Amino acid sequence: MLKHTLSALAGRPRPFDAILEQAGRIILGKDHEIRLAIACLLANGHLLIEDLPGMGKTTLSHALARLLGLQFSRIQFTSDLLPADITGVSIFERDKSEFRFLPGPVFAQLVLADEINRATPKTQSALLEAMEEGQVTAEGQTRQLPTPFFVIATQNPAHQIGTFPLPESQLDRFLMRLELGYPDRAAERALLAAGGQRAQADKLMPLLNANDLPAFQQEAAATHAADPLIDYVQAVVEATRQNPAFQHGLSPRAGLALLAAARAWAWLAGRDMVLPDDVQAVLPAVARHRLRSAQGGGYAQAEDIAALVRSIAIP
Amino acid sequence: MSTPAREALDRHATPWLLATALATTAPHVIHQPLWLSALAGVMLLWASWLWWKDERLPGRWLIVLLVGAGSAGILIEFRTLFGRDAGVAMLVMFMTMKLLELKSRRDAMVVVTLGYFLLLTHYFYSQSIPTGLWLLAAMWLVTATLIRLHGGPGNPMRATLSYAGLLCLQAIPFMLVLYLLFPRISGPLWGLPSDAHAGTTGLSDTMSPGSIAQLAQSADIAFRVRFDGAVPPKQKLYWRGPVMEQFDSTTWRPYEGRPPAPNLEIISPPIRYETTLEAHNQRWLLALDAPAELPSDFGLNSQLTVTKRQAITERQRFRLSASLDYRFNTAEDPAVLQRNLALPVGSNPDARALASQWRSNSAPEAIVSKALALFANEFTYTLRPPLLGRNGVDEFLFQTRRGFCEHYAAAFVVLMRNAGIPARVVGGYQGGEYNPLDGYLVVRQSDAHAWAEIWLDGQGWVRIDPTAAVSPSRIETGIADALPFGEPLPALVQWRSEWVRTLRYRWEAINNAWNQNILGYDPQRQRELLARLGLPDTDWRNLAIALGAACGLLVTGLMGWTLYQRPSHDPVTRLWHKALRHLARRQVNCAPWETPLDLARRVREQRPELAESFQPVVDAYLLARYGTDHSLKTLRDAVAQLRR
Repeated sequence: MLKHTLSALAGRPRPFDAILEQAGRIILGKDHEIRLAIACLLANGHLLIEDLPGMGKTTLSHALARLLGLQFSRIQFTSDLLPADITGVSIFERDKSEFRFLPGPVFAQLVLADEINRATPKTQSALLEAMEEGQVTAEGQTRQLPTPFFVIATQNPAHQIGTFPLPESQLDRFLMRLELGYPDRAAERALLAAGGQRAQADKLMPLLNANDLPAFQQEAAATHAADPLIDYVQAVVEATRQNPAFQHGLSPRAGLALLAAARAWAWLAGRDMVLPDDVQAVLPAVARHRLRSAQGGGYAQAEDIAALVRSIAIP
Repeated sequence: MSTPAREALDRHATPWLLATALATTAPHVIHQPLWLSALAGVMLLWASWLWWKDERLPGRWLIVLLVGAGSAGILIEFRTLFGRDAGVAMLVMFMTMKLLELKSRRDAMVVVTLGYFLLLTHYFYSQSIPTGLWLLAAMWLVTATLIRLHGGPGNPMRATLSYAGLLCLQAIPFMLVLYLLFPRISGPLWGLPSDAHAGTTGLSDTMSPGSIAQLAQSADIAFRVRFDGAVPPKQKLYWRGPVMEQFDSTTWRPYEGRPPAPNLEIISPPIRYETTLEAHNQRWLLALDAPAELPSDFGLNSQLTVTKRQAITERQRFRLSASLDYRFNTAEDPAVLQRNLALPVGSNPDARALASQWRSNSAPEAIVSKALALFANEFTYTLRPPLLGRNGVDEFLFQTRRGFCEHYAAAFVVLMRNAGIPARVVGGYQGGEYNPLDGYLVVRQSDAHAWAEIWLDGQGWVRIDPTAAVSPSRIETGIADALPFGEPLPALVQWRSEWVRTLRYRWEAINNAWNQNILGYDPQRQRELLARLGLPDTDWRNLAIALGAACGLLVTGLMGWTLYQRPSHDPVTRLWHKALRHLARRQVNCAPWETPLDLARRVREQRPELAESFQPVVDAYLLARYGTDHSLKTLRDAVAQLRR
């Protein structure tokens, strides 16, 4: 969104520009969504991507894992998936006469949980515990997950028969929720001309070492948020509580999430201070799945969020 | 070229406009011709239906046809397209038809403007409290509609309404200043010359059987009285109107000549009171018998009626005093006595025969008591007397024996004149209803009354009320108790339930306060108020100066308050606002929710010539406000650079 560079504001080199650029070659015409996804990971949050099949959800996850140099695993959620299929099981080794724990696919730095709403709530909660705690408890033993640890979950909104939609409390665990949407004309034409992008994703070279990421995360979290900016975030959160378009407002945790996401967004833009623009840019991705529309009860409408922004003066 | 005014109207704004049209035209239904209300209603429903179904609006030719037909209807109905009634009818028609061509913002603005204007027209017809409340609410709605048109679909309804309410509240001080200081004209504030006095009811200056009975069916208020002391007993409250001396066997009329001043002898100390007389289009003031002191420019004629040169055509207030015991014209002009003995030749022979019997061998007092004793037997007091023929008094006395006060007064006077006692009919009001809540005595048209006056040697004119002989309760407690249930008295007067009565007292007290204090604020009281404020001689120039000064003070005060509410003492913010003002002067306005970066982007796109000097301001401002660098110098320099 902030394509132009403010001469006085952008003094810092931006290591993520190359990552953004490379990912943009794989997922065509979705620069804003890619930037949001990376901001989400920088803010140490988990990501929920919700869209129809074939929109590039999995490709995006692949590309991010490759570019960030993260160890990647994918879990295809189905209705008969069991918690142990995620966390891992102990098997008896005849040679050593002892049980050995075989870690499940969750023991990876970036886990893609594909079609998370197909699994039963019990299985879902095994993943969600891992997301929240950064650890896994299996067979009475608690095991630390690698750091960094990210989950990108995908969900297909159209076919809800035989699925278990995530309850609100678990939606709250995801820092952001994205919709990729159809590519624009030019992007789609380029896609058709170039052929499948998934194969290309596998050819990407890592631009980052997995060990670098925590340092960048710390840097992003230290982005300066001045008092007026905190005021603005507070005004936004309060406005969601008073706005009749929503059934209920944002929680304090959501307010923290909003500020963290805005910090990461600002850092990505090469700034060491957060601006109201950053809050506005991440607000739909952070807030929509945490709010309920007063009409219909689904996610908050994008227009309502836009109207909300228009009702708050910039401090 | 596409200007904002030509923008298409967004669909969700239409219900606001429909509501505006309904609220601003609906009260006109009361006095508009029925076909026009029906036409307006159909237009409204049609427009609502088109909106609901999202149908296309009717074509231009159809609207032209409708406007033509409507105007023709108004022309036929009123014989003109101008003036109050026809003008208002045209406005109502335009308002409802405009709803059928709501295509652009411009059309919507026409509806809003017309709505504000229509609000005003309601005051031509009524200035009562309900009208005022309705119009306040309608003004709120019209203002909210205007805000909705400018605010776009983003603002929720509640926010729009509360913003409009706030605007209306802020207008109240200005309303008060204008109300108090705007030069007043004497006469009804809103009435127009042609129709200010139409349709006022009241006592007429002639009396025929049935005329007062008809008046008594109206609950309209004739006048309100406040006594300085206690209210005298009801049976002493005779409010004198016209005195009728001439009789043509059906109708009583006052004597046309110019009688000399009365010779009034006051016995009991005067009682002071203030009366607020409703417009009745007659010259007399209904004063309590007998008037001791009169308001200026009123005179007392020899029959004790207080009159003015011109008819009273608006609600007015007077201070008077009255002495309840009095004697007048003990030495009466023989011509007057002769006039009060005259009867039409050959009329009412039976009454003449009866009176002649009495006349032969009795003193006047005995004759009076014989006549009253006659009424006390076998006569019925009713609002629905049978119709009477040529010799009405005979028929009444010897056949029907049912009548209202005018029958008794007339029959009594005819009997007296036949018995050789000078007698005449007095019209007026009797009694009244005391409202304990505000201390006013309310006299209604239903208290209209007629009584008799006879002249006795040595005593002058003496009041005799024959109705008291038939129905003593009429005089002592009031008409509602005097008439049997089922008589066509107005419901308001008839209800006797305690809480209904209390409710009515309260409502009347509020209404009276409204009339006395709000509508009764006339040039005189404006002068008094200004004198108290230290502006003794006020012409319109002084008023205009005072008005300007008060409005200026208010604007300054409100501005100061607003500035105080938004303490922008922060120098960074102050410099930024300075830069924004600089942009605003160049037609670039910053919305409150627009971020500085968005604004900078917009300036680059729309006004590239301003961008070069504005961009450094944005950079410096963002650094100073949201960054860690709080030095002001860069920002100050950048803002200073703007000026060049």
